[in-house]
Amino acid sequence: MLLSGNPPRGKLLTALIVLIVAALAFAPFILQGSKPLNVAATICVFALLVASYDVLLGYAGIVSFAHTMFFGIGAYGVAIALYGLGPSWTSILIGLLAALLVAGVLALAIGLFSLRVQTIFFAMVTLAVASAFAVGASQLSWLTGGEDGRTFSTPALLRPGYRLVENGPFGVEINGRTLTYYLVFFGVVFLFLLLLRIVESPFGRVLQAIRENPFRSEALGYRIVVHRTAAVVIGALFAACAGALNAIWLRYTGPDTTLSFSIMLDILVMVVIGGMGTLYGAIVGAAVFVVAQNYLQALMGVAFKAINAAGLPFLAGFFNPDRWLLWLGLLFILSVYFFPTGIVGKLRAETK
Amino acid sequence: MSVSLETRDLTIRFGGHVAVDRVSCVFRPGELTAIVGPNGAGKTTYFNLISGQLRASAGQVLLDGVDITPESAPLRARRGLGRAFQLTNLFPNLTVAENVRLAVQAARGVHYDMLRPWALRRDLIQRADEILGEVALESKRAHSAAVLSHGDQRKLEVALMIALEPRVFMFDEPTAGMSVDEAPIVLDLIARLKKDASKIIMLVEHKMDVVRSLADRIIVLTNGACVADGDPATVIASPVVQEAYLGIAPKEKAAS
Ligand SMILES: Nc1ncnc2c1ncn2[C@@H]1O[C@H](COP(=O)(O)OP(=O)(O)OP(=O)(O)O)[C@@H](O)[C@H]1O
Ligand SMILES: [Mg+2]
Repeated sequence: MLLSGNPPRGKLLTALIVLIVAALAFAPFILQGSKPLNVAATICVFALLVASYDVLLGYAGIVSFAHTMFFGIGAYGVAIALYGLGPSWTSILIGLLAALLVAGVLALAIGLFSLRVQTIFFAMVTLAVASAFAVGASQLSWLTGGEDGRTFSTPALLRPGYRLVENGPFGVEINGRTLTYYLVFFGVVFLFLLLLRIVESPFGRVLQAIRENPFRSEALGYRIVVHRTAAVVIGALFAACAGALNAIWLRYTGPDTTLSFSIMLDILVMVVIGGMGTLYGAIVGAAVFVVAQNYLQALMGVAFKAINAAGLPFLAGFFNPDRWLLWLGLLFILSVYFFPTGIVGKLRAETK
Repeated sequence: MSVSLETRDLTIRFGGHVAVDRVSCVFRPGELTAIVGPNGAGKTTYFNLISGQLRASAGQVLLDGVDITPESAPLRARRGLGRAFQLTNLFPNLTVAENVRLAVQAARGVHYDMLRPWALRRDLIQRADEILGEVALESKRAHSAAVLSHGDQRKLEVALMIALEPRVFMFDEPTAGMSVDEAPIVLDLIARLKKDASKIIMLVEHKMDVVRSLADRIIVLTNGACVADGDPATVIASPVVQEAYLGIAPKEKAAS
C-alpha cells in the first residue's frame, strides 16, 4: 500500500487538492491545444520538484541552492542517453539510473562534507557547487550541447505522430503526446506519494525533530549529520526524477530549462506560497505559480487593451504586459504577508 | 547486566575559569545520588561532561569500564546515558505525543525506517501513550509542546528521558518552578524508578527535603570541585556542607 495515512487535513484544502489533481488528471481531455497541456505538464513536474525541495527546507530545515543542479542532472542524464544511444526505453532507463547515481553520490559528498559544520555553510557550498556545475555543463558542449542544449527524440510510443485512438473520449485523439503526458502525470503521482510516505515515517519525524531542536535530537541518540545528509540525498534523487520527466516531456534539455538560477528562485517562491513543511503545499504552490507565470501576461494584455480603449492610458500603464513580473512579485509579497504559513497553512487553520 | 559509571579527574575549563575541577566519582546501580551545591557550582556542567554535550578538558568518563570520553552525545545516548535538562529542551512545534514518540523511537533504535508510516507503528504509539500516562499528560497529547504551561513542559522534559529507557538517569532540577500539586508526579516517578536496582539515578536538586527523602548518597560540588561525598546524614551534618551549601540553601532559585 502506497498511502501514508497523511491526508491533506482540512476540508477546504482537501477540496483544493482534489480539484487540482482532477484537473491535471483529465487535462488532455479538458484542454485544447498544446500550450495548456504544456502548462499542465509543467505543474506536474514542478509539484514533484518543489515537494522534494520541501523535504529539505520544510522538514529538515536545510537551505540548499543546488536543487536545480539535481533537477538538471536528471534532465541531462535522460537527454544525453536518448541523444547518444538512440530513442529507446532502454536509453531512458540507462540515463535515469546514471543520473540517479551521479545525483546521489554528489549529494552524499556535499552533505557529508558540509553538514558537519553549520547549515549556513551547507547553503554556501551548494551555491558554489551549483554555479560550477552550470558553468561546466555549458562548457562541455560535446556532451551537453553547451548553451544550445540537446534536442532529442523519445521512443516511438511517446512521439506526437503516434496515434493510439483517433476518436477517444470527448472526441479527443489519444496520441504519443497524450501518452507522454500520462507518463509524467503518473510518474509524479507515484513519486509524490512515496515522498509523503517518507516524511510521515519515523525517519521523517526525526528530520522534523532535528529542525526543531538539533541539540535535543542528539541527546536522544540521533546523529544529525547522518539524517541531514540522508535528507539531502533523498531530495536530490527525487529532483533528478523530476528532471528526467521534464526532459521526456520537452524532448529538450538545456541550461535555461534546468540549471538556471531563476528556476531555483521559482522553486523557493513556490514552496513559500504553497506552505513549507506540508508537502501538499508543493502542489498548490506549483499550480498557482505556473498558471500565473503563463497566463498573467496574457490576462494583463487583455486588461491593458481594455483600459486603453476606455481612454485611460495612465492607468493602463500599470497593466502593460511587459510589467507582469512586477505583478508576480507583488502577488508574492501579498501572499507571504497574508499567508505566512502558505496557502496550505492558511486553509488548514481555517477548517480546524 | 547492570551498569557502572565512573568519572576520573573530570575537568573542564572555560578560558581561565575551571567549571568542573578534577571530579572523581563512582556511581553504582540501584543507588540514587543527589548532587547539590550553590548556583554556578558546576552541577549542570558536570552532567554535560558525562552525557557528552561538552567535551572534557581533562579526565575521563567510563561507562561499564569503557572510556567514552571521546564519544559524541548521540553515541553516549545510545549507550544508555539519559538526560532531562534543567532548561526545558523540547521540540516546540511538534505535539506532546510526537515529542514522546521521538524518544520511544530512539529507545527502540528506529532511526532510519523511511517506508513504514508512523500511523502503522502501533507498538511505538502505544508505548508513548503509556509514558504520557505516567506523567499525567494524556489529555494534552495533541497540543504542541510550545503552548504547554511551564509545569507541563517540565513533565514532558522528564517524559522524554523516561521514554528513552536509559540505564543512567540524569535529572537536572526536574521540579524547578513546578507547582506544589505537579511536583509529586515527577517525584513519585523518580521514587518508582529507584525500585529498579539495575539503574543509576543522578539528581541535581536544591530542595533539601526532596534530597533527604530520595537520596541514598549526596555529592557536594563547590566551585567545580567535589567537597563532600557520602550518605545523606553524614554529608548534611558535615561542616563543609553547613558552610558551603546550606548557608544559601533557603534561597530558592527563581530564574531557572
Ligand atoms: N558553555 C559555557 N561557557 C562558559 N562558561 C560556562 C559554560 N557553561 C557553564 N559555564 C560556567 O560554569 C559555571 C558552572 O555552571 P553550571 O551551569 O554548571 O552551574 P550549576 O551548578 O548547574 O548552577 P545552577 O544551580 O544555577 O544550575 C558557571 O560559572 C557558568 O557560568
Ligand atoms: Mg544547573
